[in-house]
This record gives sequence, structure tokens and C-alpha cells, in this order.
Amino acid sequence: MEKNSDKKHPGGVSRRDFIKGMGTGALGTAVLPPLLGQTIATRKGRVPVYDKKTITLTVNGKKASLTVEPNETLLDVLRDRLDLTGAKKVCDRGECGGCTVLLDGAPVYACMYLAIRADGKAVKTVEGLAEGEKLHPVQEAFIEKDGYQCGFCTPGFLMTTSAFLEKNPAPSLDEIKQALSGNLCRCGNYAKIYGAVDTAARKMRGA
Amino acid sequence: MNAKDYMAEARGQAAKPQGPVKAAAAKPAAPPPEAKAPEYRHIGKPTRRIDGREVVTGRAAYTQDIKLRDMLIGKILRSPHAAAEVLSIDLAPALALPGVFAALKLAESKVRYAGQQVAAVAAVDERTAEKALSRINVEYKTLPYVVDWEKARDASAPQVRDGKGNVEKFNEYSRGDVEKGFAEADVVVERTYRTAFEIHNPAETHGSVAYWEGDHLVVYDSTQNVHGVRDGLARALKVPAANVTVIKKYMGGGFGSKLGLNEQTVAAANLARETRRPVKILLSRRDNAVCVGYRPSSLQTYKVGAKKDGSLTAFSLVNYASGGVGAGDEVSEPVVDIYKCPNCKVEEFTVFTNTGASRATRAPGHTQGALGLEGVMDELAAALDMDPLELRKKNYSTRNLGDTGLPYSTKGLDTCYELGAKAIGWERRNRKPGDGSGPVRRGIGVATSIWFGAGVPGTLADVVLYPDMSVEVVCGTQDLGTGTRTHMAVVAAETLGLEPKDITVKLGNSDYPWAPLSGGSLTTPSVAPAVRDAALKAVDRLKAVAAARLKVAADDVAMGDRKFFAKSAPEKTVAFADVYRDLRRETPFHGERTGYPGDAYAFNTFGAHFAEVEVNVETGRIRVLRYAAAHDSGQIINKLTAESQVVGAVTQGLSAGLFEERVMDDTTGNPVNPNLRDYKIATSLDIPEITPIFVDVVDTRLNNLGAKGLGEPPRIPSSAAIANAVYNAIGVHVREIPMTPQRVLAALKRKGAGS
Repeated sequence: MEKNSDKKHPGGVSRRDFIKGMGTGALGTAVLPPLLGQTIATRKGRVPVYDKKTITLTVNGKKASLTVEPNETLLDVLRDRLDLTGAKKVCDRGECGGCTVLLDGAPVYACMYLAIRADGKAVKTVEGLAEGEKLHPVQEAFIEKDGYQCGFCTPGFLMTTSAFLEKNPAPSLDEIKQALSGNLCRCGNYAKIYGAVDTAARKMRGA
Repeated sequence: MNAKDYMAEARGQAAKPQGPVKAAAAKPAAPPPEAKAPEYRHIGKPTRRIDGREVVTGRAAYTQDIKLRDMLIGKILRSPHAAAEVLSIDLAPALALPGVFAALKLAESKVRYAGQQVAAVAAVDERTAEKALSRINVEYKTLPYVVDWEKARDASAPQVRDGKGNVEKFNEYSRGDVEKGFAEADVVVERTYRTAFEIHNPAETHGSVAYWEGDHLVVYDSTQNVHGVRDGLARALKVPAANVTVIKKYMGGGFGSKLGLNEQTVAAANLARETRRPVKILLSRRDNAVCVGYRPSSLQTYKVGAKKDGSLTAFSLVNYASGGVGAGDEVSEPVVDIYKCPNCKVEEFTVFTNTGASRATRAPGHTQGALGLEGVMDELAAALDMDPLELRKKNYSTRNLGDTGLPYSTKGLDTCYELGAKAIGWERRNRKPGDGSGPVRRGIGVATSIWFGAGVPGTLADVVLYPDMSVEVVCGTQDLGTGTRTHMAVVAAETLGLEPKDITVKLGNSDYPWAPLSGGSLTTPSVAPAVRDAALKAVDRLKAVAAARLKVAADDVAMGDRKFFAKSAPEKTVAFADVYRDLRRETPFHGERTGYPGDAYAFNTFGAHFAEVEVNVETGRIRVLRYAAAHDSGQIINKLTAESQVVGAVTQGLSAGLFEERVMDDTTGNPVNPNLRDYKIATSLDIPEITPIFVDVVDTRLNNLGAKGLGEPPRIPSSAAIANAVYNAIGVHVREIPMTPQRVLAALKRKGAGS
């Protein structure tokens, strides 16, 4: 699970709020235009300053090209631009995992991931988990074991679980608990979710 | 909806005046009080949710996912000040911004809490709407405020309400003579317990999408109450209720915070009216901590007297609750009701502060009350040197109001005690609290639940049969994730001799037949009997049609294996498909929930929870190791989703017991933890093995299925059972939730000091 830090600066503006606000806020208007097309120095070397950028994503197996602002999150692009509303906006700041999608097979919080960073990558959302009408074993198991209640956090749990079971096909209960600890279920159905993950693992192993 | 209305609804009183109910009450059925559970094919068995595929594929449309053509995004500007006069609001700079379609003033002359709505805008997208909010000029004159409820009790504290004090008595109750009762007691124990402000924080924040079709308003709302929101909107917008439709397809949790009309729904409807375009307003996670309620705090002082043998002689309770600018919760229902005690006196006060109003939170008042009452019962047991479970059994009541009121129609609490104790291994507990040694101590605790859950007579549902053998069940109720859709299918399928997957369920729309709000654990006992009633009528019609085909009398017709047959000549059969085809058009059957002779019996739900914990006395950290939850909620409709209700409620109780607390900042008047990082809720790492147990006590007096509610009962004793287990482990009751390591260590210090 990619963990993005959201530490508050002493002035009370988080790094992420700052980046999100740059495109449209007064600061952005004042600072950005002279730098557009240039590069600026960062700890990781010089990076280009974009206004808008055209990115190409492979979303659930299909190529999508679209022009995004540098401050748009992957979650907003998926939900608002590509009409993939399976990933949910629950906390919008990397605290709950409700927006978890797979990026080149690894789970990320889409609300904390800028869309421009996903350029050229493969994105899998809950809409891409089933093959046609055939549900993924993880989806089947969550229905069988009643691994959810309201279902709002479920897409995130399903994506985390599917990636986890690829890496660990026969997990122990403690490993399941660890793997899911970045996803919150407010209905509190964790005890049922463990059973669903275990059942999914068995199905995937063909056991 | 305020707590008082909610509790009336929970007790099943709201719909009492309705016509047909009276007729039913006039001749109460008198079946045997505890009928044995009938043999069913689906009811009471585990059934997978019929909407599972929608949810796990991401196709289920929640209010957050609704997107309509030309839809605008609305945003609400909120007061940063806990108390201020609003001198002026200038919307012009916002309206001048390209992409902004409308702006509204929402604040009246004063704001009384930080987060109160001030103005709203509708714009072409979220960013433009946010920018527009920042352009609105509001001139405030800040006023003194108080957000700390204990400081608000001082006479010198700023007054939250103009010209009225901050402390107000809102409940008192008395029976018998408590002074006499305490004088007769061999042992008297007096203790004070505290509970914190808990935020509902449903996964889906509150949100609405509103649009107008001519003079008809349509609203998608994340709500527990489509009919209530419809009526509220009609009043707020001054339009006929018949011209308003409220739709809730799927919702991401509510827990009581979505029972009534929300301000953002009214704002969306008004902005939609002005712009003639659909308007969507979603609240932010932060909004959930400031303006859509929370569970009120409590400070409960109990005094209890008992004879040496454990029989209770008197109870008194004084409670101070705080619900911000709203009301506190009554926490006294458990102490008034559950244990046999002739003398009881209660006084409850609410303390007003400059924070948003509280709202009903899953089992309002009862969870707080259980923490205090069950805590003092355990401390009394220790003072009497008695087994805490024996003390509870010693004072077991069969009538409400402490054995002085109406007889309980059914009460399976004794079985709950028995099965729960067996499941946890009650005999393994410390004989005396704190008997163990070493840095990590184990303990086992018990706590009791009483709740309403009788449902609301007058609830309506339709079963519609189609000539192609499809079956539709329609009811204007809500599925909050509790599994209502599947319950409706289970009951219809059971009655019609079909499978749950054969049934098409329609709910979550105020144009459908009336059902009450989904709160108070009343959905299943209201809706399931109405569906049963409609389906039984449908079966009667089908049998009559089959009788004509079979050329026998209708009462000679039986069904099985998707066929009707003559009982007198079983070889004479006709397939379901032929009989449905003979209906020739879709045929509706209207069902109603009746029953409920509430003047002769008390109808309640019961439960007993048992927790085993481990406490590190050096770090103060608590781990819950094992948990058993036994419930009498009458006939269970779907065992699979019923188990989820219990598991979820136990988890929420664990979360509140160990982690959850909204903290207000005195210096800004705002919460310091309005998010999911600093407001801690339980994660997968905190959850023990949980064993749900259902004792099948079918209450046939109550309704045609003997079903009662289950949503709230398992939430009631879950923090309390853990607190009592901690007491059993370390020999001192923490007496305050959440039981943070700091509070556990403070309690141990108190024990060391011998108090």
C-alpha cells in the first residue's frame, strides 16, 4: 500500500492542499505562469512545470487519453472524467482506503495520487475486477460471507484484497488483518471480511 | 429529527393514530406467548444479499455517484466562529465569477457554532464552487462562546441561547421511595461514569442531488428516511408533499445521522429551483464533525442499594448530558426498566454549548446508560462479593419498569445469559476483580441490553404478481446496508413458495407505500410483516385461481415444489407458471403491518454480551481477545445479515470503548479531530473473534412473523461489556470511555491510592 504523507506545514496548509489549490487559487495565478514550460529544482532533481498535460492511462484494459490539470487526483479523474464511480471518496485525504485502485497491480489511494503521475500506467478499478459477467473470486467470496454492510468501502477492500492474494495466496489470519489495516469499514464488518478474504484465497488456490 | 421524536418512533408510537391499527388493537390476538419457531425454508436461514452483485461490481449507485445532465455542484460556506453576529453577507463577488450560477444567503442574524451554514453557491464544477465560496464576503462580530460542556455549567459561562441558562432539566422519573430503599440496603455503592462525544462518520458523507420537473421536485438523498425527507422538503420549500419525490437507492451508512431533513438538501433544492438545473451538494468529511450530529456526552452518577443476598432496594441516577446547541440523550431507560427494583429516581440535565446539535446515534442514550448501569452493577457485585452474572439473575424482571409495569410479551434474556456465558467460558473469569498478576492481566465481563424494536403498525407494502411469473415487492423503506432488500425477498419467497432471487425488490422511494424511517431498530419488524401480509393475500388469490383449474374448492388447494395441488387428490397439480398466467395482468396485493397490543404487554428486545480482554498494566493498552453476543430479537429473518449486524455493532462498541472521542479546541471553538486520522476508529487490527448467538423466541403477539428489531440492541452493551472485562482484569473500573491507555493508567493509580 502506497502511503502518502499529508503532514501539515507550520502555516496550517498541507502539501497536498497547496498542490490542489495551485491551479486555481490566487497563488497559482501569480506564481505559475512565469514558470510554465520551465523546470524547477526539487530534492529529486529538476522537474517540469505543467499547466495541463495530456496523459494516457490503460483503465481496466482500455486505453484512455485525456488532458488533466496538474492538481487533479486520479480519483477525481476516474470518477468525474471517466465515469468510473466504483472507487469512493470517503475521506479524500488518504486515511481510509475507500478509493483504493490498482496501479500497475499495486494498491494506491487514488485520492492521494495525482493523475499526471499515472501517465502511461495501467489502472484497475472495481469495475474491471470481474471478467464480463463472471465475478472475481474475491467478489464472490464477499457476497458469500457477507463481507460488507453498506458497501461503500467495499470497492476499496476488494481491490486491496485482490492485490494481496496475488502476492500471498495462503495468508494467515494475522496476515489478513495486517493487509487490510489500510482500509476502514465504518459499519465494522471486519470479522466477516476476514472470512471473505480467507474464502477468496481458497477459491483462487482452487482448494 | 430530534432525539425525543426518534425515541417515540423507536417505541413504535409514531404511527399509532392510523386507522386500521385501532381495529387490530381492539381484538388482540391471544396466541401462546412463546410459540416455537415455525419450520421455514428461507426465514431464519442464511440468505446471500440479492443486491450483492451490484455492490461488488461497483455498479450500485450511491448518492455520491449520481450524475445528471447539466448538473451543477453546490457548496456551503460555514462559519469559522463558534458564536458571532452576522452583520453582512456579500454574494456579489462570487456571482461575478464565470461558471457560478447562483448563490444564496443561509445564515440568520447569529451563528451559534462553528460550522453553521452561512451561504451556498452552485457552480459549473467543484473547483469553481470552492473558489466562489472564498469570494463571499461575510462580516462577523464575534461573541464569547463556550465549547467545553463542563465550563458551560458555570453560571458565568457565555450563554449559548439568548436569555436562557446553559443547564436545563429535561427528564425526571420516580417510583417508590428511594430514601426508604437506601435505608433498607445492606450495601450502598455510588459511582460516576463518563462517555465521550462520538461522531457517526458514515463512510458516505451526507449528500443530495435535487432537480425540478416543472413544479415537481425530485431529490436523490443519502437518507434513512425517504418519506420524512419528502415531508420536510415540502414544508421547507412550501410545495405540496405530493409534488416531491425522494429517492435513495444505496447509501453509505447513517447510524442515525441521516434520519431527518438535512440543510444541504434544502439548499440543493433551492439552488436547483433558481438555476433550473440539477444541483448536487456533498458534505465534506470535516462537515461530519461539525454540523451533522454526534452522540451526546454523558456524566452519570448512580447510587444503588442492595441487600446482602443481592436483591436491589433502590437506584438513583443523576445525568448531565451535552448535545451542543441541541439536546442531550436520556440515558435512564436501562436503569428504570431492566432490573427488579421497587424504588428508582432519575434526574437528567442537558448542558448547552456552542457546538453543532447532537443527533440520534445508534441506540441513543442506551449505550451511554448501559456503560454506567452495567458498570455500577459490577462494582456492586464486588462490594457484595457476588458473581456479577448471579447478581443480574437475582434481579431478573418479567415486567417492565423494574418489575412494576406491564409484563414483557416475551423475554429471552435468561437464555442469552446462559448461552453467552457458555460461549465465553464465564467460569474462567477472575473470582475477584484484579485477581491476576504480571504485566498483562486477563479479565472477562458481561453487560446487558434492553431496547425497543417492536416496529411500527401501519407500515405498508405491496406484492405485485405478473403473468410471466415475475414478482415485485414494493415498499418505501430504506436499506442502509442492513439487508432490508434481502429481508423483503426472503419473506415474499417464503410465503409464495419461491426463491429469494426470484423476487424483484423496490424500495428507497417516497412514491412507494409508506414505511417509517430506518432507525430505532424498527425496519424489519415493520416491513417484514407488511410484506408477509401482502404475500399471504397473493397466495389466497393464486389458490383461488388454481382451484378453478383443478376444479376443487380453494381451501383444498396447497402448494409445494412450484406447483399447486389438491390436498384431497395430490395427483391433481397445476404449475405455478400456469396459474400466474391466468392472472392475465399484473396484480397488486396490499399488505399492512398490524398487531401490537401495546396497552397490555411491553415489547422489548434483549441481549447479553460477554467480552474477554487483556490489559497491559504497564502501558495501559487494552486488547479485546474474544467476544460472545447473545440476542433475543424475536424471529430472525436472515441469519447471514443478522450476524453482520451483531459483528458490526460489537465492533462499533469496541471502537467507542477504546478509541473514539471528538475533542473541541477551546481557543478556536472548532474540533481538533474532524477527520479519520485524528478521530480514531477501530481497524482490522483491533478486532477479536466475535460469536453472534440468536435465541429463537418468536413473539406471535407482536406481528405475523414474531420478528423484532436487531440494528441497535448489539450496539448497546458492547462498550460496557469491555469496560467490565477490563475491571475484572485490573481490579479497578476505568469508569470513562474511551478507555485510552492514559485513562487506564490513571485508574490503576487510583486503585493504588485505594479509592
